[in-house]
Amino acid sequence: LKASSQPPYISTILLSHQHHLLLHFLHYTNQISPHLLLPHHNIPLPLISRFRSTSQPVAFSASSMEIDAENLSATELRLGLPGTSSSEDRPKKPSPTVGTKRALEDTTSEASGTGSAAGEDQDTTTPAKAQVVGWPPVRAYRKNTFQAAAAKKAEQPGGLYVKVSMDGAPYLRKVDLRMYKGYRELREALNALFTKSLAAAENGGDHQYAIAYEDKDGDLMLVGDVPWDMFISSCKKLRIMKGSEAR
Amino acid sequence: MSTPRSSSTSSPPQIPQSLTLAHTASSTTSSSSASGMRDAAEDDSDSPPSQMSEDDPGGGGGEGDRWEPDLRGGNGGGGRWAPPDQVLENVLESVLEFLTAARDRNAASLVCRSWYRAEAQTRRELFIGNCYAVSPRRAVERFGGVRAVVLKGKPRFADFSLVPYGWGAYVSPWVAALGPAYPRLERICLKRMTVSDADLALVAKSFPLFKELSLVCCDGFSTLGLADIAERCRHLRVLDLIEDYLEDEEDEMVDWISKFPESNTSLESLVFDCVSVPFNFNALEALVARSPALRRLRVNHHVSVEQLRRLMARAPQLTHLGTGAFRSEAVPDGAMSVSELATSFAASKSLICLSGFREFNSEYLPAIYPVCAKLTSLNFSFASLTSEELKPIVRNCVNLRTFWVLDTVGDEGLKAVAETCSDLRELRVFPLDATEDSEGSVSDVGLQAISEGCPKLESILYFCQRMTNAAVIAMSKNCPDLVVFRLCIMGRHRPDRITGEPMDDGFGAIVMNCKKLTRLSVSGLLTDKAFAYIGKYGKLIKTLSVAFAGNSDMSLQYVFEGCTKLQKLEVRDSPFGDKGLLSGLNYFYNMRFLWMNSCRLTMRGCSEVAQQMQNLVVEVIKDHSDDEGESETVDKLYLYRSLEGPRNDAPPFVNIL
Repeated sequence: LKASSQPPYISTILLSHQHHLLLHFLHYTNQISPHLLLPHHNIPLPLISRFRSTSQPVAFSASSMEIDAENLSATELRLGLPGTSSSEDRPKKPSPTVGTKRALEDTTSEASGTGSAAGEDQDTTTPAKAQVVGWPPVRAYRKNTFQAAAAKKAEQPGGLYVKVSMDGAPYLRKVDLRMYKGYRELREALNALFTKSLAAAENGGDHQYAIAYEDKDGDLMLVGDVPWDMFISSCKKLRIMKGSEAR
Repeated sequence: MSTPRSSSTSSPPQIPQSLTLAHTASSTTSSSSASGMRDAAEDDSDSPPSQMSEDDPGGGGGEGDRWEPDLRGGNGGGGRWAPPDQVLENVLESVLEFLTAARDRNAASLVCRSWYRAEAQTRRELFIGNCYAVSPRRAVERFGGVRAVVLKGKPRFADFSLVPYGWGAYVSPWVAALGPAYPRLERICLKRMTVSDADLALVAKSFPLFKELSLVCCDGFSTLGLADIAERCRHLRVLDLIEDYLEDEEDEMVDWISKFPESNTSLESLVFDCVSVPFNFNALEALVARSPALRRLRVNHHVSVEQLRRLMARAPQLTHLGTGAFRSEAVPDGAMSVSELATSFAASKSLICLSGFREFNSEYLPAIYPVCAKLTSLNFSFASLTSEELKPIVRNCVNLRTFWVLDTVGDEGLKAVAETCSDLRELRVFPLDATEDSEGSVSDVGLQAISEGCPKLESILYFCQRMTNAAVIAMSKNCPDLVVFRLCIMGRHRPDRITGEPMDDGFGAIVMNCKKLTRLSVSGLLTDKAFAYIGKYGKLIKTLSVAFAGNSDMSLQYVFEGCTKLQKLEVRDSPFGDKGLLSGLNYFYNMRFLWMNSCRLTMRGCSEVAQQMQNLVVEVIKDHSDDEGESETVDKLYLYRSLEGPRNDAPPFVNIL
C-alpha cells in the first residue's frame, strides 16, 4: 500500500465498461476540507465502493487513453446521474495507521467489484428511514455489482446511432457507437458492414480508405485524433472516403 | 502400545467412536469440493468437509487441553518410564496417516504423548479457524509435516462493513513462519484475511511444490501479486479467487494471465470472477488451450458470449463454468446467434455447474438448455431474471442440488423450482435491492412452495420482506434434514405479516423439528421466547446470528446455557447488556468467538470478562468517529479464545482489555 502524498485534489476519472459509457464522477479524497464538499450528501447514495474500474485494458487495446479527456474535464465539477454514485461526505477519518492509500476508498463508483470489507460509514440516508450500516447483511461485493449494473442501465440512453456512408456504396448504414470500445473495434465493425462495397472498390484498384466523421459543428474530421470518449460524444455522422479523396 | 499417560488435569479421554480410517492417505489430491459453490464465499460452514468447513472447534492449536505436552521425548515422568518404542511410533504414524478429519486428529492427540507426537507429525492439513487463536510459531513448532494450511481471519460481520479497516488478520507473519517450516507446502486457503502482494510473492518463492491457492473474501493484494503466483508456481493446480477485493490502480494493473508458464500447465481450477479489471483475452484462451486438466473456469464480466464460446471450444472437458457477462460484444449484425452458443454448450458434456451471467442478454439464456438436465449447481444470483425467464430453464434442471438466485424471480419462480427440483439441497435467494424498504419480491409463499417441493433441503438462505410463522413452521416439518437455516426478513422487527405476531414460533419450530440444525440466522420481530426455544432445542447449533432481536438479557442466557455446542455467536443491535454478556462467562472458552455490536454493553461488563477469563482476548473496537477518549458504552465487542494473549498488531482503535 502506498502512502498517499498527494495534496488534496479533485479529479474526474472516466469510467467505462463494456459499452464504454462515459461516467464522470468525482473522486474526493478525505483530505478535502468540508467546505469544498458539495451539498449533495443528503441525496440517497449507494454504499461506498472503493473499486474503480479501468476504462480500458492496459497495453492491449487500441482505444485511446482518456488522459486528455481527464484533464479536459478536470475543471468540470459534475455530479453523476441521480441514483448513481457520487462521493459521500466523509466527516470521519479512516484508520490512521495502515495504508493511507485506502483513504481514497471514499469514492463511490458504479464499478462492479468488491466494496469495502472494512468499516465504512453510513449507507444511504433515504428521506424515509435512516439506513443502518451493514443491514440487510448482503456482502458489499454483491451490493456493488448491482449498483454498477443499475447505474449502467440508467446511464445508457439506448444507443448512439450515427449514419455511415461510404463513397460509392448504394445505401447508408447505421451503427451504435456505444457498442464499441474504441477505434479498432469501430474499424472492424465498419469493415464487416461494408465488405461487399469494399471488395467491389478493391477490384477497381483503390485500396485505401479513410474514415471521417462530421462533428457537432459540421466539420469533416479524420477519425482517430481525439480520445474515443470525446469522439463518440461529438460524432454525428461517419463517412468512409476513398483514399484519394482523403488526401 | 505404550501405556497411556494421563494428562495432568483429567483421565485420558476415551477414544471416540468417530475415529475412522479414511479411504486414502493421499494428501495431495485437490481438495476443492465438487459442488461448484461449496467453497464459495458465503459461509458454508455446515456443508460436509470442504476446505472452508468450520466443524473443527479446536483448530490447529489446543482445543482446551491445558497441559503442555513434553515434546522432548518421552521422559517427562521420571526415570522408571521406558524410552518410546521407535518401531511402535512408526507404526502409529502410518496408521494415523489415515485420519483426515481434524476433530478425529484432535481426539487422537489427547490419548497420550506418543499419540500426540505421532499425530503432530502426520497431520497434513492445518485448520486454524481464528488466526489470532494461536501464533504461527506455536503451530509450526507442533506440526512437522503440514502440507496444507487453512486460515480464517476477520469475524464474519466484517463482510457487512462492521469491522473498521485496518483491524488486522494479516497473513504476513504466517507466510513468514510457514515458509521455512514447510518447504513442501502445497495448499493455502485463506478467508477474510489481508494478503499483500509481498505475501503472494513470498508464497511463490517459499514453496516450490505449491499447488493450490484459495482466497475467499480477502483483500490487500492486486494483479501484481497474482502475476507472481502465476509465473513462479509451476505446479499450480488451483487458483480460486472468490469475492476478494483487489487493490488495482488503473495504471498499475498487470496482465497476470499472460504470466502463466508457456508450457502445458497443470491447472485444474481457475476462478477469478471477482478480479474485475480487464485482462488479455487471447492470453486466457491460450492458457486454457494448454491446460488439459482444467475442470473449473470462472471468468469475470469482461468476457463476452463470443469469447466464452472460444473458451468452451478450448476446454470441452470443463465441469464448472462461470460464464462471465453472457452478453454479446459485437455489432447487432455480427452478434452470435443463440443456436451457435447452444452448440457450444451441447459440446460441453461434462458441465455440472454454471454461474456468471453477470450482464446477461436474456435471448442467450436458452443456449444453456442442453446442459440443464445434468446440472447439479446453478448460480443465477448475479442475474436479475424474471420468473418468465427462469421457468423454461429450471423446468429442465431435474438434477439440481444447489441453486442461487435473485429475488427478482419472485414467488412464481420459486414455485417453478419447487415443482422440478425435488433433489434440491441448497437454496439461496438474494435480494436485488438490499435495502430495508425495498419492495421485496419473494415472501412466505415462495418459502412454503420450496418446503413442499424440496424435502431434501439441507441449507437455505432466504432474503425477503414478508414472512409468516406458518411458512417457517411448514419448512421445519417438510424439510427435516435442514442443517443451515438463515432467514433474513430485511425490514427490522417485522412481525408475521398475517397474524402480526412475533416470529418466535416459526424459529422455535425450526429448532424443534430440524434435529440436524447446526447453523441458524434469525430475523424479524423476536422476543425472548424465541431464544428460549433456541436454547432448549438447539443442541447442535454451532453458529448463531442474531440481529435486532430479543427483549432482555435472558435471551443471551438461554442461548449460552442451552446451546452446548455453540461455537460462534454474532449479535447486533439487540437489547443485551452486561448481565447477558456475563451469563456466558463459563462458556466463552468453548467457543471460537463472540461478536456483539450496537447492544448495551459497557466497559465495566467487558472488563469483568477480561479479568475473569485470562485465556480470552477481549477486544473493544471503536468506530472512527469516537474521538472522545474514554466512553463507557461499548459499541463493538469481539472476544475469542486464544493461546497467545493480546495480539501485538492491533490498531489504535482496538482496545484489548
